[in-house]
Amino acid sequence: MEITSSVRKPLVTGGKTIHDVTEDICRHVEGKPTVSWLLALATSLGVLVIGAYALVMTLWDGIGMWGLNKTVGWAWDITNFVWWVGIGHAGTLISAVLLLFRQKWRTSINRAAEAMTIFAVICAAMFPVIHMGRPWLGFYWALPLPNTFGSLWVNFNSPLLWDVFAISTYFSVSLVFWYIGLVPDFASIRDRAKGIVSKTVYGALSLGWTGSAKAWERYESVSLILAGLATPLVLSVHTIVSFDFATSVIPGWHTTIFPPYFVAGAIFSGFAMVLTLMLITRKVYKLEDYITINHIELMNIIIIVTGSIVGVAYLTELFMAWYSGVEYEQYAFLNRATGPYWWAYATMMTCNVISPQLFWFKKIRTNIVATFILSIVVNIGMWFERFVIIVTSLHRDYLPSSWAMFTPTLYDVGVYLFTFGLFFTCFFLFAKFFPVINMAEVKAILRSSSEKTTGKDPVETGNVLKPTPKEA
Amino acid sequence: MMKNNNYLIGVFSDEDVLLKGVKYVREAGVKIHECYTPYPVHGLGHALGYKRSRLPIAAFIFGVLGTSLALLMQYYMMGIDWPMIIGGKNYTSLPTFFPVTFELTVLLSAFGMVITFLVVSDLRPYGKAKVFDLRATDDKHIMAIDLGKNKQTEFSQIKKILQDSGAVEVNEKSL
Repeated sequence: MEITSSVRKPLVTGGKTIHDVTEDICRHVEGKPTVSWLLALATSLGVLVIGAYALVMTLWDGIGMWGLNKTVGWAWDITNFVWWVGIGHAGTLISAVLLLFRQKWRTSINRAAEAMTIFAVICAAMFPVIHMGRPWLGFYWALPLPNTFGSLWVNFNSPLLWDVFAISTYFSVSLVFWYIGLVPDFASIRDRAKGIVSKTVYGALSLGWTGSAKAWERYESVSLILAGLATPLVLSVHTIVSFDFATSVIPGWHTTIFPPYFVAGAIFSGFAMVLTLMLITRKVYKLEDYITINHIELMNIIIIVTGSIVGVAYLTELFMAWYSGVEYEQYAFLNRATGPYWWAYATMMTCNVISPQLFWFKKIRTNIVATFILSIVVNIGMWFERFVIIVTSLHRDYLPSSWAMFTPTLYDVGVYLFTFGLFFTCFFLFAKFFPVINMAEVKAILRSSSEKTTGKDPVETGNVLKPTPKEA
Repeated sequence: MMKNNNYLIGVFSDEDVLLKGVKYVREAGVKIHECYTPYPVHGLGHALGYKRSRLPIAAFIFGVLGTSLALLMQYYMMGIDWPMIIGGKNYTSLPTFFPVTFELTVLLSAFGMVITFLVVSDLRPYGKAKVFDLRATDDKHIMAIDLGKNKQTEFSQIKKILQDSGAVEVNEKSL
């Protein structure tokens, strides 16, 4: 084996051929479900059912089941909403931004990351919908639909309405992007399928794809434009989510740094979740040759960068609170760090600012166990970041007479559990029935980026059986 | 045996050989029906003489449509049908319309382009795939030659050209 580039490490190891890629990925789709997969699915379904009880009770009796009060009118629900949306962002980042930047290492991880985006956005969208209390009426309240209240429309001045448009656009565009990428791989599975069921199902899913040169050319054009559209879209979504807070007058929320800081935080937590999921998938599906240590290291480097941006944002917030000279603003930040929720603030600082700095050490960022632990730590930290921003800003604002504390009830926890169950159930189903790695795109980079590449004429390396055509 | 719907199929195992082969076959005066590859081969469309895709134009037109629709909708709803005067502020303020306008531009642009792509590429659920060789979605590149459209060239000659172009296998197939 010879590596062509002394600068770049191979993206696919193990000397895979194009046929090996098809075999390695399709095997999991075609094979019978394993016991470990069934156990994992049963566990996540169990969590889903337990959470569903809390959800049904919340819908039946109203959101008074939650620990909200007059002062803290938003707590776990919006924390979870922002957290899940943030997690979704890495998928689009990997598939769109890295495509625009011609980063070939995205090919092994983009499929699963995009799936994660879709499921995370579904989980995120549940919270504002449940918070409406009567979600079945939500269509009138959230979408500009003609209704029986006369010519009464939604308020386009409200950041919450911008959220409706941002999240639904983000979800549908991500779904389309993901599906278009899946079509050629579904065709591969269809052409290998033996059973009638799989032939029919994958035949329908593959939309009659043949892999003609014309279709591939259009496909690449579509992917590139979708990436170009999704890149500003992903930035806009978290910017708009941050507007929910930033356009208000609550000390601790009314901050111009929020849009870029939220976007960086989203990428930070999203990449952490991609790592958590990919490390497990890689191990279970034995995909070590496709998702290499090199991939993990590159993702960890993105975590250092975005984690550091988040750290700088925390310090900037503190500086601006002091520098503004506004006593409410100064109190809000003093209260965050030393008030009754100091432990949440300390958790956030430790998990988000200090822990990712460990990735500066090559030994840690190339170590799988360390990466797995730190990826979970980062996600815990990012959840606390949203909790700190929301609850500590709300629980003490301008009127000391209305100061209050927030304590979650079991139903707060239950609904959060429900989304976990939903997310993992969807992800496990995806991992079983869909190709977890984008086969077509990995095949396309195999020549230039695999271990087997020599850069020599393919005839000499034995990749071709026949000589090249005689010159006419 | 030469019917109108008969095809000659060249099977290639390497993209570079395919690219050279396409050039060779075209220069020999044989019309290629289409090439089928398991992954996008860059330069293949150019070698086959295809024009650049006009999907970017479709995306742009749908995008402009989205922008206009979003602005008109918000202007009508907030400004004409149900003006909402909040704190004495202007009820048709353009800055607050920006987020929704941006999102609808992206939404219509993406969906419009993708639907155009599916329609022009004849992709639809249960769409019948014209499969010349099952390995085209695995690891082989397929060059299909429609014999009906190459009547001026002898069958054996086309076969010879295809074999010389670097194809690993040459098969006949009627569809």
